[in-house]
Amino acid sequence: MYSANFDYHRAKSLSDAQRLLASNPGAKLLAGGHSLIPLMKLRLASPSAVVDIGRIPELRGISKSGDGIRIGSLTTHAEIAASADVQKSAAALAEAAGLVGDPAVRSRGTIGGNVAHADPASDLPTVLVALDAKIVAIGPKGERTISADGFFTGIMSTTLADDEVITAIVVPALAKEQGSAYVKFSHPASRYAVIGVAASVTSSGGTCSAARVALGGLVPHATRANAVEKALVGGGLDTTAIGTAAAKVGTDLGNEVTGDIFASAEYRTAVAPVYVKRAIAAAAARAGLA
Amino acid sequence: MELSVSLTVNGRRYDRQIEPRLLLVHFLRDTLNLTGTKIGCDTSQCGACTVMLDGVAVKSCTCLAAQADGSSVTTIEGLAPDGQLDRVQEAFWEKHGLQCGFCTPGMIFATKALLAANSNPSAEQIRHALEGNMCRCTGYQNIVRSVQAAAAAGAR
Repeated sequence: MYSANFDYHRAKSLSDAQRLLASNPGAKLLAGGHSLIPLMKLRLASPSAVVDIGRIPELRGISKSGDGIRIGSLTTHAEIAASADVQKSAAALAEAAGLVGDPAVRSRGTIGGNVAHADPASDLPTVLVALDAKIVAIGPKGERTISADGFFTGIMSTTLADDEVITAIVVPALAKEQGSAYVKFSHPASRYAVIGVAASVTSSGGTCSAARVALGGLVPHATRANAVEKALVGGGLDTTAIGTAAAKVGTDLGNEVTGDIFASAEYRTAVAPVYVKRAIAAAAARAGLA
Repeated sequence: MELSVSLTVNGRRYDRQIEPRLLLVHFLRDTLNLTGTKIGCDTSQCGACTVMLDGVAVKSCTCLAAQADGSSVTTIEGLAPDGQLDRVQEAFWEKHGLQCGFCTPGMIFATKALLAANSNPSAEQIRHALEGNMCRCTGYQNIVRSVQAAAAAGAR
C-alpha cells in the first residue's frame, strides 16, 4: 500500500524540527513510524509533509531526574522494557512496553510517537495515566508540562497542539510501599489491547493509602477508574477487598465501551473486572502487600 | 518531491532517487528486485517483510526507504553467500520449519534477532519472540524446533 505523496524533511535537531514544522503547515512528525506510517498507508492521514525527527540524539534515552525518571520521546519500547531503572521504579511501564506489538515493532516504535498517536487500544497511555506521568512538549511559546491524566481526550485525540513536539515523558519516583502493574488481554494478531489495565497502589501499614487505576483498550481513550480507586483507598488489599473494588469498574465504564468484530462491548464489559483485579493484585504484590 | 538516498543492501551500496512515500519493502523488491522479502499483511502484523536494518529486525512495510537512508540492510538474499545457507536457514531446512515458505524469510530474521539476544531460548521464549511473525501452514511446531536446532548449532 502506498500513502499519498508528501514532502519529506529530516530534522537534525529539536530546533530544526520546530523550524520545519513552522515552515510546513500541515506537516506531521515522524519518529519510529509505527503509528503514522500505517495511518498514511490506509490514507486515514495524508499530511502534505513529514518531518522526520527519528535521528535527533537529544530526544533519546532514559535518565533519572530529581522527581523521577525522564524518558526521551524517541526512546523505543524495547529500550524502556529493558531499562533496569524503569523496571525498578515504574514496573507497569516496563511491563507494558514489553507487551507492545512484537519485538520488531518494539525496536522501532517510540514512547513519544505512541502517546501523540493516542490509539485507544494502545498500552502506554493507560500506564502513564495510572503512574501520574507528565508529558513534556515544546512549541513556539516554549516548553510546557502536561499531566497524562487529561492529555488523552478521545480516539487518537490529545491536547497536544500541531506545532508542539513531545520531548520527554517524566514518570514520578516511586513512594515507599508503592507498586504498579499492567495487565492486558492482547488481540492475537495485532497485539493491541482488547482490554488493558494499569494499577498503582500505595500502602500505609497494610491499608491502601493511595490508588490509581487506569483503563485502556475498551474505552475511547485511557481513563481513570474513579469508582474502583475510591473503593480501594482506606481499605485493605486482600483478595476480597481487591475483588470488591474491581467489580466497581462497571460504574466507571458506563456506556462508553468499545466493541468490534473481535470482542463485543458486552464481552469486554464482562471481562474487564477480571483484568482490573489482576492488575491491582499484581501492583499490591509489588508494594509488598500480598 | 524526489529524494536522494543511499543504502547498503547485502553489502552493496545503492544510490537511488526515490519518492518520499516509497516503503523500504518496495525499495528492496521493486527498485532492487530483491523479492525474497515478502509483503504479507502490509499492516506490520504478519512479519513476512522482516529484514535486518543496522542489525535490528524491522518490518520493512512500516519503514520508509527515506528513514533507512545511510543504513545497512540485510535481506534473505544476503544472509549467506550464493550456494550456501546460514545456520538458521540450515536449521529450518533440517527441521522442516516451513511448508509454503512465504513467512520463512521473516521468520529467519526474527530468529536471528532472538538468538543474538538469547543464545539458548526456551520454547516459550521462542514463541514470544516470534509473536510478530505469522505462519499459516506449519502450526509453528516445526518452526520452534527449527529455532531450537539453530540455537543448538550455535547460530546467531
